[in-house]
Amino acid sequence: MSDVAKTLDASGLACPMPVVRTRQAIDQIESGQILEVISTDRGSLQDIPAWAESTGNELVEKEDAGDRFTFRIRKA
Amino acid sequence: MTPLARLRERGWEPPSGDVGRTAAREVREMSESGVSTKPEDGMVIVCWSGEIDKVWPQMILGTTGAAYGMDVTLFCTFWGLFTLKRPEVGITGDNWMTKMLGAFNNERLSHLNFGGAGPKMMRSIADRHKVAPPEELLATAMELGVRLAPCQMTMDLMGLKREDLIDGIEEPLGAAAAVSRMQNAKINLFI
Repeated sequence: MSDVAKTLDASGLACPMPVVRTRQAIDQIESGQILEVISTDRGSLQDIPAWAESTGNELVEKEDAGDRFTFRIRKA
Repeated sequence: MTPLARLRERGWEPPSGDVGRTAAREVREMSESGVSTKPEDGMVIVCWSGEIDKVWPQMILGTTGAAYGMDVTLFCTFWGLFTLKRPEVGITGDNWMTKMLGAFNNERLSHLNFGGAGPKMMRSIADRHKVAPPEELLATAMELGVRLAPCQMTMDLMGLKREDLIDGIEEPLGAAAAVSRMQNAKINLFI
């Protein structure tokens, strides 16, 4: 997998914090770099892709391990 | 105890001065990073209620809007103004009715009160499900540059002065200024 510039572990956080922390984390990387987000909140499965689409960032990968979800987002 | 009092107990202090505005400006400057920040990408939430079960969605949607790069205003009016009141400040008012308002605080006003058991129960359930308490969300909202705007008319009704409200918020607004922002906002909510 392409290099991840930053990993955000949002495990244990509930709505809306995974998206809020994702926003704060993506502000710390450069355009084109990849942010990896790990979440245990089931709502993230819908929320993170929706956020990425609306903000113009590209969701390049989404992994559903049942109780743990990993997203890789390329910053626009 | 008010949300702010609880927050202070845990050592959190609201940012001083014009922090909210500066952060909002920073959010706008991030527009080059692909986050859309056109004027029409505003969100206004008229925060009318001070009940914990309403303050929660006010804060959740406000912080999420900011995470979307939107210019978010929480216009705190009527009971919603209690969220911005310094915990040590009572409602003074100019007659017995407004003084009576001081006997309430936001959580005690909740429809789900049951003698205080309701809010306590909600907090405990929320805690078990790792949902951030309203005071943490308020702190996050401030960090994200959400504009917290108190309603001048409500302040007058309740006998509150600017210094009775917490730091890090905007100058009081009237209905017209609030409507101007709503006119420029894509999302307008009344909670």
